[in-house]
Amino acid sequence: MSVLLIAEHNNKELRPFTFNAITAASQIDTDLHVILIGDNCEDVAKSLSKISLVKKVLHVEAKYYANFLAENFAPLVVKVSENYSHIVCSANTFGKNLMPRISALLDISQVSDIIKVISPDTFLRPIYAGNALVTVKSTDKKKCITIRPTSFDPCELSGGSSPIEKIEATNEFSSSKFIKREEVKSDRPELGTARVVISGGRGMQSGDNFKLINAIADKLNAAIGASRAAVDAGYISNEHQVGQTGKVVVPDLYIAVGISGAIQHLAGMKESKIIVAINKDGEAPIFSVADYGLEADLFEALPQFLEELNKLNTIQK
Amino acid sequence: MKILVAVKRVIDYNVQIRVKEDGSGIVTENVKMSSNPPDDNAIEEAVKIKESGKATEVVIVTVGEEKAQETVRKALAVGADRGIHVKADGVIEPLAVAKILKKIVDKEKPDLIFMGKQAIDDDCNQTGQMLSALLNWPQATFASKIEIKDKKLEVIREIDEGLETIEVHIPVIVTCDLRLNEPRYASLPNIMKAKKKPMETLNASDLDVDITPRVQQIKIEEPPKRKAGVKVANVAELVQKLKNEAKVI
Repeated sequence: MSVLLIAEHNNKELRPFTFNAITAASQIDTDLHVILIGDNCEDVAKSLSKISLVKKVLHVEAKYYANFLAENFAPLVVKVSENYSHIVCSANTFGKNLMPRISALLDISQVSDIIKVISPDTFLRPIYAGNALVTVKSTDKKKCITIRPTSFDPCELSGGSSPIEKIEATNEFSSSKFIKREEVKSDRPELGTARVVISGGRGMQSGDNFKLINAIADKLNAAIGASRAAVDAGYISNEHQVGQTGKVVVPDLYIAVGISGAIQHLAGMKESKIIVAINKDGEAPIFSVADYGLEADLFEALPQFLEELNKLNTIQK
Repeated sequence: MKILVAVKRVIDYNVQIRVKEDGSGIVTENVKMSSNPPDDNAIEEAVKIKESGKATEVVIVTVGEEKAQETVRKALAVGADRGIHVKADGVIEPLAVAKILKKIVDKEKPDLIFMGKQAIDDDCNQTGQMLSALLNWPQATFASKIEIKDKKLEVIREIDEGLETIEVHIPVIVTCDLRLNEPRYASLPNIMKAKKKPMETLNASDLDVDITPRVQQIKIEEPPKRKAGVKVANVAELVQKLKNEAKVI
């Protein structure tokens, strides 16, 4: 039996976590098919068919698929699910919203947010904000799985030429309507996939003070993160939140500035390769996970940090 | 309009959990329990809507062991009207909870169902979406703002890219984000009064729902620990170490 992955995209291109999800899904079974549901997304279908790990692309279009409402997507995925042993997508807000709706319609107990494929029915997943890992075995005949994208490498984007099969749309769900999406456009790398992330917490004291962080982010080509406290206080918008109920990031370098390090925040960043903490409270729990800790007033340390970076001949991008 | 709020009792969010040595689970003996944090936002929103005159009754439901009643009582103490406790022991998977809740919905016929977007113990993020699938209702997940507009809700959802606004017809399920509102605390007189509010107790086994777990927990373990790092004396040393030792900049 084959694995069906639901592609995440914006009708123009694939969203980057689809590449991580393809890697994960191919570890379950190499006969991997990808379903692309959208509107006017021909180019996305073509880019999927070029990915060597993808064996077949199912492509379906309708006006009401343009904005990814789970109420419209779920019945369609259920309809095509018959030939598949596993249905997979990313455990980000796209997949978290969608997969349980599919799973319940198929009477399957979903396995959420896996970080490792142990065998086609056995997976490793974090619970309690990553403070425990549980090995689970699904006994349902068919399985619905969401994968934690940052736990799998992105796949190769070329080398394939799989067939694209057009399929029929299912009916529109009339009781839900998309109104608008407010995306913050930024030239910075995406938080979820950035090589370097610099995050601010309550210690930043105001939204205006994030300019100190922005200056360093510019220098390091970093994405900007935040603790829940900073988002709740209105210093920065929600899509920057790192943590148990926000985003999980695994950059090469994570710099936590004025963040105390509540377990809910650590859940979103403690797998980072190198962690730096800058905090004036030497007892802050963030220091227990930091490779390099600097006990200092961030309002003095950040300008110095920028100055030191300016002295370097080269900086990795 | 009637609002049903589903709540869960979990280990308090401030507790550093411990894994049992034999790998069979998490230590829960003598551990502080609380209501699941985003469920408090769901309760608050329901009570606020009732206070604004747009709803007539707020009913709280929970599925779980005997002590899960405490979580319902807490909701009654901040303004909910009555509670339903569906008794069930052991691991109840989100799909089973959704099936139990569907039975309650069939009987109570609420117009709105609120719950937290995710439970902070199993971190599944499934129950609301599953219940809406079983009921064939619209779903508004990860809500940070709700506005009632006649027979519809306009909901702002927190998504990875930013914010999304959707319009959903009532009846609808909303799963609540932590930024939806600021949950209130119960006053002592209200805690006393809540003890007299009606609480219905049911057994999951009487509801004709199969709640047998479908996902076996083979082993629970602690994640690998990070090795302790070093404190640096100043910014110059930090940048040197990042450049020459860690080689990340």
